[in-house]
Amino acid sequence: MADSHATAVETAAHNPALLHHFADEQQQKDAASLGMWLFLVTEIMFFGGMFCAYLVYRVAHFNAFAAGSQQLSIGLGAFNTAVLLVSSLTVVLAVNAAQRGKRKQLVVYLVLTVVLGLTFLGVKAVEYAEKFEKHHVPGASFAFTESFDDNGKHIPVNPKEAELFFSLYFAMTGMHALHMIIGCGLFAGLAVLAWKGHYTPGYYTPIENAGLYWHLVDIIWIYLFPLLYLISRHS
Amino acid sequence: MASAAIPAHPATERTNYLTNGFSVKSWLLTTDHKRIAVLYLISITLFFFLGGFFAMLIRLELLTPASDLMHTDTYNKAFTMHGMIMVFFFLIPVVPATLGNFLVPLMIGAKDLAFPRINLLSWYLYVLGGILITHCMLTGGVDTGWTFYTPFSTAFTNTKIIEAGLAAFVAGFSSIFTGLNFIVTIHRMRAPGLTWNRLPLFIWANYATSLIMILGTPVVAITIVLVAVERLFHLGIFDPRLGGDPLLFQHLFWFYSHPAVYIMILPSMGIISELITAFSRKRVFGYNFVALSSVAIAVIGFLVWAHHMFVAGISLYAAMVFSFLTFFVGVPSAIKVFNWTATLYRGSISYATPMLYAFGFIGLFTIGGLTGLFLATLGIDVHVTDTYFVVAHFHYVMVGGVLMGFLGGLHFWWPKISGRLYPEGWAKLSALFVFVGFNLTFFPQFILGYLGMPRRYADYSHMPEFQVLNVLSTAGSSVLAVGYLLPMIYFVWSLRYGPLADANPWAAAGLEWKTASPPPTFNFDETPVVTWEAYNYDEIELKEQKEVAVG
Repeated sequence: MADSHATAVETAAHNPALLHHFADEQQQKDAASLGMWLFLVTEIMFFGGMFCAYLVYRVAHFNAFAAGSQQLSIGLGAFNTAVLLVSSLTVVLAVNAAQRGKRKQLVVYLVLTVVLGLTFLGVKAVEYAEKFEKHHVPGASFAFTESFDDNGKHIPVNPKEAELFFSLYFAMTGMHALHMIIGCGLFAGLAVLAWKGHYTPGYYTPIENAGLYWHLVDIIWIYLFPLLYLISRHS
Repeated sequence: MASAAIPAHPATERTNYLTNGFSVKSWLLTTDHKRIAVLYLISITLFFFLGGFFAMLIRLELLTPASDLMHTDTYNKAFTMHGMIMVFFFLIPVVPATLGNFLVPLMIGAKDLAFPRINLLSWYLYVLGGILITHCMLTGGVDTGWTFYTPFSTAFTNTKIIEAGLAAFVAGFSSIFTGLNFIVTIHRMRAPGLTWNRLPLFIWANYATSLIMILGTPVVAITIVLVAVERLFHLGIFDPRLGGDPLLFQHLFWFYSHPAVYIMILPSMGIISELITAFSRKRVFGYNFVALSSVAIAVIGFLVWAHHMFVAGISLYAAMVFSFLTFFVGVPSAIKVFNWTATLYRGSISYATPMLYAFGFIGLFTIGGLTGLFLATLGIDVHVTDTYFVVAHFHYVMVGGVLMGFLGGLHFWWPKISGRLYPEGWAKLSALFVFVGFNLTFFPQFILGYLGMPRRYADYSHMPEFQVLNVLSTAGSSVLAVGYLLPMIYFVWSLRYGPLADANPWAAAGLEWKTASPPPTFNFDETPVVTWEAYNYDEIELKEQKEVAVG
C-alpha cells in the first residue's frame, strides 16, 4: 500500500490535472464519469415530470392535443432533428480526436458542434416567432380557431385545452432549449481550452462528459419531436 | 502527506483541519469536506432556531382558543414559514450535509469527497436558498403551507410564491449535489479492503438517502418551475379552469415530498446503528438486513406518495394499492427497530448522552411509525386527515426521530469534530429536557387530532374544550426549547473550556476513530487498509483484555 501511495504522489507531480484526493488518474476518471451519469439521471427525472404531465393531458384532451400538434411544422422539426443528430456525430468525433491527441481536429469538431447547436436554436426561434404570429402563445392573446383534422373529418376543439397543449409545448421545448444554450456555452468554453492545449490523450474527461450531456439533450429531443410534432399524424 | 503539505508547523503541534488557515477566505473558499460540514452546521443551526421561532409563535397563538396573538392571515404565514424552513433548510440537509459531509470520507478512508468544489457549491446554493427564503419572509411571506397546493398557489393567493418556490428550487439543487457526491464517493473512493458488506451502516443509510435525493429532487424542481410559469404566464398546467388538473400537482409534489421524509429519517437511522453498537459493545444484529433495509426503504418509499391524497379524489382502487404499499414500507423500518433492540440483548450497555438519544429515538420513532400505519388505513385516514393527529404523527418521526438522531450523532462525534469533550452532566440534563418536552408537546396533539381539532387553524374558539391539551402542548414546547438551547450553549463553551479529546474517546470501531481528533486536512497520514468487519467490538474487547493481561 505504501508503494502505491508513493506512486500516486509521483504521478501527482507529473500530471497537474490529477487532484490531490484521488489515488490515481483512473480513479479520478471513473469518479468523474459516474458523477456525470448520475447527473444525467437527475436530468431524466427533471424532464420526466413534464413528460408525465404531457401524458396525462394528452389522454384527457386527445382532440385538442392532436389539433395543436397539427399546427406545428413537421419540416422545421425534422430539419432540427437532423441537425441534432449530426451534432451528436461531431461530438463523438471530437472525443475521438481528443483520444488520439489531434488538437486541431478536436477544436474543429467542438466548434462545429456549437454551430449546429446554434442552428437548432435559430430554427427554434423561427418556430416560436410563428407561434406569436398565429396567437398560439398561451396567455391573454391566445386564440385557437383551428379544428382537429381527423382524416378529413374536422372536429372542433376547446381552445382552453389547445392552450394547455401549447403550454406544455413551450414548457418542454423551452426547457430543452435552455439546456441547448448551456451546452453551446459549455462546448465554446471547451473549444477555447482545447485550442490552448489543455487536453491530452491521457486527460480528456471534460470533453467526454460534456459529450454525454450533449447526447442526453439530443435524446430528449428525439422524444419531444414525435410526442409534439408527429404523434397525431396518421394516414 | 499532511505534514509535508504544511512544513511551517513544528511536528509536535500537528496541524489539523481547524488550524489549517484562520482567515475568512480559508473558510469560505475551502474545499475540505470537514470545513464545509462545519459551515453547514453553523448555517443549518441558524435556520433551525429561525424555524423554531415560528414554532413558538404557533404554540403561543394556540395557547388560547381565540385568534388573539396574530391575525389569521399572519398565522397562515407563520406555519408556512415554520414548515418551509424546517423541511427544506433543516430536516432535509441536517444529517447528510453536516455529519454526512464530515464522516463519509473519514468512514471509508478517503481524503475527501469525490467532487470537493461541487460540495462547496452545494453549501453556497443552500445559503442562496436561505437568503431567498429569509428575504421572502421579511417582505411579506407565503401563506399556502409548505405544500404550495394548486390552484390556491397559482391562481388565488397574492403572496410571494415564486420567490419561496425559487428558494426551495435552489436548496433542492444543493441536496442533489450532495447526493451525487456521496454516491460517487462511496462507489469509487473506498479504502482498499473496505468492501460493501464491511461499510458502516451510516454509509449505507447515506447511500440510500443519496439515491432518493438524485431521483426525487429533480421532480419537485420541475414541479416548482411549472407552478412558477403558471403564475407568471398564466399557463394552465394545474389550473382546472384552463383544462389543467390540480391533482397532477399533488402527484408530482408528493412523488418527491414523500420520499423526502425518508431523506430526513434514513441518515438518522444510520446514526442510531452506530450509537447502539458503540454503547452496547456489540456487532449489530443482522448487519445485512439493517444495511439493505435502508435501500428497501428508499425503493418502496418511492411507491407510497398518494397516501397523502386519500381524500383528494383519487380512485378507490389506487388508494387501496397505496394503502397496501404504505403498510409494506413499514416492514424495513420495523426490521431496523427489531435489530437495534436485538443488538442490545446481552450487550454491555453504557448510558452516555448519545445512547440516551438513541433510546429516545427508538421509542419515539416507533410511536411515530405505528401512527403512520393508522394513517395508512383508509378508514381511519378519512377521519383524521388534516387534523392534529397527522401533525403529531410526523413530528414524532421528524423531531422524535430525525432530530433525536442528529443530536445523538452530534454528541457522539463532537470530540472528533471539535477535538474537545462536551460536559456530560449538562448533556444528560438536556437530553432529559428534550425527551420530556417533546412528549409533552406532541402527545396531547394525538388526542387533539383524534378528537377532531383541524390543523392550520389559528382560532378554535368554537371548541374551547381543546384548550387544556393545547396549554399542555405549549408548555411542553417551552421545555423542548430549553432542551435545544442548552446544547447550543455547552457545545460553544466546550470549544474553549472542554477537556481535549483523544483520537477515540468512546473506544469505538470505525475508521473515523483511527485518525486524530480533530483530523488532519487530508484525514489519514496513510490510506488505511481494512481487514476487519464493521463493528468488530468482539475483537476490540479481546485485544483490550489481552493488553490488560500483558500489562
